[in-house]
Amino acid sequence: MEDNNKNSRRKFLDKGLKLGLATAIGGMAISKISKLSAKSNTNTGELVELMTTDGTLIQVDASEIVEIVTATDPDIQYNVREGIPNRKFVMVIDLAKCKNALKCVSACNKHHYVTGENAWLKVHKMQESEDTAPYWMPRTCMHCDQPACVTVCPVDATFKRRDGLVLIDNERCIGCRFCMAACPYSIRVFNWAEPEQEITLNMDHNMDMGSQHHMHASPDYAGVPSIKGTVDKCDFCPHAIKENELPHCVTACPNGVFYFGDKYEDTVTNGEETLRLSKLLEDKAGYRLLEELGTAPSVYYLPPVNRLVDFEDGLENYKEFESVEKPAES
Amino acid sequence: MKNYDTLLEDLAPKKFGKRGTIWTLFLSVIVIAGLIAYIDQVIKGQVVTNMRDYALWGIYISNFVFFVATSFVGSVTVAILRLTNNNWRTPLVRIAEIISLAAIVMAGITIMIDMGRPDRLLNLFIYARLQSPITWDVIIVPTSIALSFLLLYFPLLPDLAILKKHYSKTKPKLSNWYGKLALNWTGSPAQKLIQEKSIKIIAILIIPVGIILQTIDAWLFSTTYRIGWDSTNMGAYFISGAFVAGVGALIAVVYVIRRVRKLENYISDYHFDKMGKFLGLACLTYLYFNINEYLLPIFTAPVEEDIHLNALVSGEYAFLFWFAQIVGLLLPLLIVLFKNGRKPFPMFVVGMMVVVGSWWKRYVIVTPTLLHPFLPIEGVPESWHHYFPSIHEWLITAATLAMCMLIITFLVRFLPVIPIQRTAEERDMLKNTKNTES
Repeated sequence: MEDNNKNSRRKFLDKGLKLGLATAIGGMAISKISKLSAKSNTNTGELVELMTTDGTLIQVDASEIVEIVTATDPDIQYNVREGIPNRKFVMVIDLAKCKNALKCVSACNKHHYVTGENAWLKVHKMQESEDTAPYWMPRTCMHCDQPACVTVCPVDATFKRRDGLVLIDNERCIGCRFCMAACPYSIRVFNWAEPEQEITLNMDHNMDMGSQHHMHASPDYAGVPSIKGTVDKCDFCPHAIKENELPHCVTACPNGVFYFGDKYEDTVTNGEETLRLSKLLEDKAGYRLLEELGTAPSVYYLPPVNRLVDFEDGLENYKEFESVEKPAES
Repeated sequence: MKNYDTLLEDLAPKKFGKRGTIWTLFLSVIVIAGLIAYIDQVIKGQVVTNMRDYALWGIYISNFVFFVATSFVGSVTVAILRLTNNNWRTPLVRIAEIISLAAIVMAGITIMIDMGRPDRLLNLFIYARLQSPITWDVIIVPTSIALSFLLLYFPLLPDLAILKKHYSKTKPKLSNWYGKLALNWTGSPAQKLIQEKSIKIIAILIIPVGIILQTIDAWLFSTTYRIGWDSTNMGAYFISGAFVAGVGALIAVVYVIRRVRKLENYISDYHFDKMGKFLGLACLTYLYFNINEYLLPIFTAPVEEDIHLNALVSGEYAFLFWFAQIVGLLLPLLIVLFKNGRKPFPMFVVGMMVVVGSWWKRYVIVTPTLLHPFLPIEGVPESWHHYFPSIHEWLITAATLAMCMLIITFLVRFLPVIPIQRTAEERDMLKNTKNTES
């Protein structure tokens, strides 16, 4: 008997609770629905004419119009980890024009306050084999679409943005250097010591763009400032792109070697001429570095054919053991 | 009964003699020196090492790999020999468990030394990303530490109870400690059942965990595009290498403990003979994977890999490469093939050769690959083209090795290095004492 009693009480409680829960949810749902219907009932009766993307004119009630939050205020549209919406940045490097002027390297070093002994952007002296022609090959970060560095990062400090950029959050990097080991292009640079940018480069006085936005290191302006024990690398200059300017290496190059642009727009520019990316790659047989690895770089190379300059001209600038000029001792 | 008393007297922990004190002091000095060097490294940054952007990992990493490999001894000797009912393991398992625990703890510490920002250690948990092999390491290393500890601790319970009783009059304080650690062990059938079950579970668990640990360690390298690392052979190659390193370390340590503690009655030529054969098996396995790793690419190596292999076989790293191969693998294999080679002293020499060879072998795996990138090394100081550890790196690495030996020394000092209970049982001494014991 007692057992039965207990059971029935339990059942009652169980059912009661379930019923109560169902009522509560139902009540909430009903109130939501009533609110929704109430909203749609408040038509103003004022119709607005709009044109759809295929050119048809339509009329919409004024209350239905919601303003798209855009583009004007960079703080709203720009999330540093997401990137600039609907863009896919690419670079084309025309090896036929490069004569190792090294202006790209010094501009990059200057604008990113590179203090170490390994520049982020370097020009390699290349020669595949004895019988093949030597050429100069500027090498930035490839901003791979399948970035090996991002895959191995244990803390999501280096990340891939929707606009194609691979950046580093130096406030999060733990300095394990696995990304450096993973990068087949060896482009990453480590801050082995305190960077001391303010001493060697008077960074405090020079921080033009940096000082406005960044009291702390930010992924979209690498090297401003660099942080000891973390990894740095070429960032494709998102701080410049954001302002509709070209990366520093592109503008610095006297020979128009670097083209920068947007793959979705299919255009690239070196500052002087603006070209169709697909046509350029087709006409000049563009290729990507170490394509066989499957890293899918965002940087394309145009082979060093029909060269406008002699390879030997670049030799006078060539320094095998230096890529960052030390400022004169004062 | 008299037998049992001598057994207890022989196997109970003993105070350091003069040699023991000097040895401990010596190790402590190294550890302190390394600690100072490490503090300096934290303050100045890793610029105090000779690692640079190309040789971005150095002996911290190869030393880590060495520790991880050595810790494999717990999995192989204890667990596998247990599951295969090899009874000759009895006097050796505790030493193996001690080495295993000390090595894996030091592996965990060593990997942190390599971090550029040790202050951000917690990021590994806060922002953990599961696709990174480092996160796998973050998971497997603490797991291994916990399991290695349990594998040492659980079989130790009866011995701790025995020691509690043994010291109850002479050293009440020490006895008290043993008593606490023995977790009220009485040896009742119920306790024994639980203990046996637990040990069995741990022994079975530690095999896959050990294999996973070695494999993840190998994958730290083989998940990159680097020449010499990007190899499907790596996992098995590392496991077999760990087999060799672990057994080698065991042999060397067992020999020293046997001499210092005068345990010739318990660890006899027979045991060294067995360990020798075991090492022979390990070496043969490792040799097989070495052939896969270094000989096979001769046929199909692309240009870059060819350059890398040449640097190993006949170039800059030829001395270290052949030292590791000959001293760490081929000679030990040859020696243990002979019966006289498996006598205690030759085995000790072999064990030392294997340990030293194994350490340098890891160096040869890590460093040369990093200095053979796909694109030329240019625009950096000449010294960046090469790598040899700096004084800071040597001091810190020596300190980790000394710390490992210090842990082993202290565990040997305070724990019975040969299981008392088991030995007594196997020697049928406890027939009478069993009841009084419990």
